[in-house]
Amino acid sequence: MLTKRIIPCLDVKAGRVVKGVSFVNLRDAGDPVEIAKAYDEQGADELTFLDITASHEERGIILDVVRRTAEQVFMPLTVGGGIKVLDDIRNLLLAGADKVSINTTAVLDPEFIKAASNRFGSQCIVVAIDAKRVVAHDPDFKPPLKWADDPKYKDLFLSESAIGNPQSAMWEVYTHGGRKPMGIDAVAWAKKMEEYGAGEILLTSMNQDGQKTGYDLELTRAVSEAVSIPVIASGGVGNLEHIYDGFVKAKADACLAASIFHFKEYTIRQTKEYLKERGVAVRL
Amino acid sequence: MIAIIDYGMGNLRSVQKGFERMGREAVVTREPHTILDASKVVLPGVGAFPDCMRNLEEYGLIDAVQKSIASGKPFLGICLGLQLLFTESEEFGLSKGLDIIKGKVIRFKGPEYKDLKIPHMGWNSVSIKRRPPALADVPDNSHFYFVHSFHVVPEDKGVIATTTDYGTEFVSSVWKDNIFATQFHPEKSQALGLAILKRFGEQKG
Repeated sequence: MLTKRIIPCLDVKAGRVVKGVSFVNLRDAGDPVEIAKAYDEQGADELTFLDITASHEERGIILDVVRRTAEQVFMPLTVGGGIKVLDDIRNLLLAGADKVSINTTAVLDPEFIKAASNRFGSQCIVVAIDAKRVVAHDPDFKPPLKWADDPKYKDLFLSESAIGNPQSAMWEVYTHGGRKPMGIDAVAWAKKMEEYGAGEILLTSMNQDGQKTGYDLELTRAVSEAVSIPVIASGGVGNLEHIYDGFVKAKADACLAASIFHFKEYTIRQTKEYLKERGVAVRL
Repeated sequence: MIAIIDYGMGNLRSVQKGFERMGREAVVTREPHTILDASKVVLPGVGAFPDCMRNLEEYGLIDAVQKSIASGKPFLGICLGLQLLFTESEEFGLSKGLDIIKGKVIRFKGPEYKDLKIPHMGWNSVSIKRRPPALADVPDNSHFYFVHSFHVVPEDKGVIATTTDYGTEFVSSVWKDNIFATQFHPEKSQALGLAILKRFGEQKG
């Protein structure tokens, strides 16, 4: 039986893990390679690096991190952040990444996902979606996208009546770490990205991210039921019950978490034992 | 020496690293003579079946694959490297394979997949039907990492080494003479995956 995946996520800036990690027995708590090894030993099912390096000049650093991690760790490795052109993907795959996660570039140019999946295969193209529950826009809001008026994409956009209705169970796609609304319906966007060849959706609730009160279950379930590709739930885990709910109530295929693992609140093993006792299929 | 065939598809470095970790020398190559001189050959691959076949042809590697298998030396296929050994695949219409193992490559489909995601992605268990040398250290029902939307259906059920359950019980590896080929990725399957590479590396031709 296919097991549910637990994926620790590391934010990497200029080659160092940021957001703090407090493992013991590590020579260097900020070294992504050391942390990756520790998660590997705990039985993580995959690992995700999010490169939050700001400048393009530092792109080479993440390649070196990926290369050094792939030397040490024999599990799937996903790298996201800053991917703008097809060669960025190629370079990450050559360095040892198995998948790449693409967010802003997909929103700015949906056709990029088609080109990327045609060239490298859907199995390595993850589309990351940052979604927030709809709130009213400024009166003069227009989606800041060159393709916004293309009729073939018109069904992707939220109607103004949905946006104005606080009861709407709808979510809007944001970029720039949840700061810029795009006017796009997150569920419709996920379906479009599947159609364009995404192999997986990494879905982050910007409302829940960092709150430690659990995933946005309604959002995760809505997306998971709308697409036939795997969905990774992200944003908001504070305890193991949240992960259980992500799998069982929200139908996620994988659950991503950062701080509960980094700060040793729970190990991967404990997480999986908790899930197994409650009837969730996991790999121990 | 182990030759890992490079035909421009997939992350070959991780296969090579896996062998190196197990103390085996492995080269990534598209030189037919290097492949023919190697004591063992690995055919990896991810991506689409027709692209893989086309690349094998363009790089002039089909002959080297066929001769390596005919020579009797240990041969390991991984993922697409399993599927390519079959007669044909229904990926993008119908594509001809190497036809070394009789059978088809078909998509996961049918009503049982209504609530199952495709690709089949993640860690799933394998049930061992016959135990090739490469699986010597692998307990029955161990988990390995999969990522694929198509699976093989051999005509001769006697070649099946392991099966895995995903909507249906599909063939997750085959063993025929000197060929062992897996749908899952040993190079991405932590300790048990490396144990397969280790045992494969120890085999004598």
